[in-house]
Amino acid sequence: MSTQLNTNKPAAKRFNIKSLLINNSVPLLFLVVCIAGVFISGLPLRFILNEIIVRLARNMFLVLALIIPVIAGMGLNFALVIGAMAGQIGLVFIKIVDVGGLPGFILAIAFSTPFALLFGYGTGKLLNKTKGREMITSLILGFFANGLYQLVFLVFIGTIIPVKNPEIVLSGGIGLKNALDLKFMQYAIDKIFKINFMGIVIPVVPILLIALLCYFLRFIVRTKLGQDFRALGQDIHVAKVSGINTDKVRVIAITISITIAAWGQIIFIQNIGTLNTYASHEQVGMFAIAALLIGGASVTKAKMSNAIIGTILFHTMFIISPIAGNKLFGDAQIGEFFRTFISYGVIGMSLVLHAWQKHMNAKNHEL
Amino acid sequence: MKKLWQNLIDKYGYPKVSITLMLIILCIIAIIQKQDMSGLLKDSMVRMGMNGILVLAMVPCIISGTGLNFGLSLGIICGILAGCISVELNLTGYKAFFTAVFISIPFSVVVGYLYGWLLNRVKGDEMTVGTYLGFSMVSLMSIGWLLMPFKSPEMIWAIGGKGLRTTIALSDRFAKILDNMVAVPLSGHLLPIGTLIFLGFCCTLMWLFLKSKTGVAMTAAGDNPRFAYASGINVNKQRMIGVILSTMLGGIGILVYAQSFGFLQLYQSPLMMPFGAIAAILIGGATAKKAKISHVISGLILFQALLTISLPVINKMMPEGNLSEVIRIIVSNGVILYALTKVGGND
Repeated sequence: MSTQLNTNKPAAKRFNIKSLLINNSVPLLFLVVCIAGVFISGLPLRFILNEIIVRLARNMFLVLALIIPVIAGMGLNFALVIGAMAGQIGLVFIKIVDVGGLPGFILAIAFSTPFALLFGYGTGKLLNKTKGREMITSLILGFFANGLYQLVFLVFIGTIIPVKNPEIVLSGGIGLKNALDLKFMQYAIDKIFKINFMGIVIPVVPILLIALLCYFLRFIVRTKLGQDFRALGQDIHVAKVSGINTDKVRVIAITISITIAAWGQIIFIQNIGTLNTYASHEQVGMFAIAALLIGGASVTKAKMSNAIIGTILFHTMFIISPIAGNKLFGDAQIGEFFRTFISYGVIGMSLVLHAWQKHMNAKNHEL
Repeated sequence: MKKLWQNLIDKYGYPKVSITLMLIILCIIAIIQKQDMSGLLKDSMVRMGMNGILVLAMVPCIISGTGLNFGLSLGIICGILAGCISVELNLTGYKAFFTAVFISIPFSVVVGYLYGWLLNRVKGDEMTVGTYLGFSMVSLMSIGWLLMPFKSPEMIWAIGGKGLRTTIALSDRFAKILDNMVAVPLSGHLLPIGTLIFLGFCCTLMWLFLKSKTGVAMTAAGDNPRFAYASGINVNKQRMIGVILSTMLGGIGILVYAQSFGFLQLYQSPLMMPFGAIAAILIGGATAKKAKISHVISGLILFQALLTISLPVINKMMPEGNLSEVIRIIVSNGVILYALTKVGGND
């Protein structure tokens, strides 16, 4: 089945290089780009590996959050941004009540979860009204929610929500500052237990959490609910006829995704240590989706292996592209723009392929 | 009262009615605050003229059945490129502006043809594909702006001597050329009637085109593709014409925008421009399937006046923060979301 989550499937009986190349053309292409980039940039391998592990630990949750909506046939969830906002609400809360360290991290998770569930429910309801164009709707919904988010934190803080702390509120007493210093909870989970393996530092707890999430996703896909997701992903009409409450299942799928995204954003920020109140969440959806697609996923097919491989490749590109751009063209900006182009381009490309395929299928059906 | 409200909603749709109400309230507050009303009128008119053709560019796309043109940035990029070439050729005045317009057209036709070719292969997903095609082309062109061999010292970075600047001043080229063509003074302000005349001219051309044989075929193709196909209309060709026209107007639109603004903005600036144009036409009462010239005009008046008036009024009420920008984000995206829910599902 196309939407299988099983990552350690036994290899095909006959080792077929050609089909292997075709099936994994996207990740292989980016692998070549990355290897070339590593050589051009001339960065030490140990530095790159360290960076990859840090970035893997902080971004993996956000990428994994995308998998369930894909399985449920709702496409790429651009509304991930909304989950990230819920996570940031939790972070602002712990800054206001001033609880740091591990307790602060747990409190942020606890405080953000109800918001994430609520936002997920709302998003699901809206997406049920726009079946067939979930992706454009969730994208615009992300922009719209960003407006509401700014309204709350720029205008309501200090007027409706009483916050006085001059460290976080703008000098006029209304609105949060652009950057909140979260040093008091930075590395809250990263520093619990670290392994130094030949100069490569591995933060064990976030990696364990990621493994736990993978296990949870695998578990959920095998339950009755997971079967419903897959049924919806195969054909929503058939699923409806066979007695599945499709609207409800879709709401559940998107709620799970947004909640994971909220936690993912908290893990992300606890590693970074500063919250850019009005910017940290904006690129979350795009980067996570681009990473998943670079790993070989598509609008209708996503496996956990895609998420892991994609995150590694995408973030390798992140590390090397400014330096490679500088070495190749004498301008680091070109590397930056190239990276943005790859993120948008890979998303655009896979949307085109998906739509094209759908169109051809519909045409064949008609004839 | 309830019935009157219902009638209004039925006739004009939620976005138009609620934005009109918001605008009326803002106007009343502005009068109470003793804002400079003729100044606000002038600013609103400047913005209407500036954005007019970009909004008009939505019409052929919607009518031909390809939906809201989220990939308008492709046309915008063609226009900017043409503007740069015109500056590079060292032209000034009307010659500079109209040369830019003429140069932009072949670019837009080629780009529009390719874009239309793609959209004909992704029927039903034009909006998602268009959005991301626009995004990726804007970032690809960002690399292009850095590498293109332009030489004019007005445009390239002073340091390094390579790559175009983020904003290119047009004050010695064609800034305000249409605005000042016919400028009517009103209590110390110059109303940019020239640009509005140019907009009116383009609207009339579009209106005439829609009445022509091709225009009628295009409308039919958009209205009901199966029926149009059955009556011998080549639906894909009509969609192609719609997209090419839209891209062309996008290119011309950004040049009009630039002459009024006084600067050409490169790199990431075209990224979100289609969204503003889409919001304006939707506020005017268009949907993803129906659009008229009147929607363009009323949408422009409502949306641009709202943006212009809200800025000083809200800043006076709340000097902190950037509330008017927040309102712009909420209104424009809220309107687009509403339109998407109205398109209905595929099933």
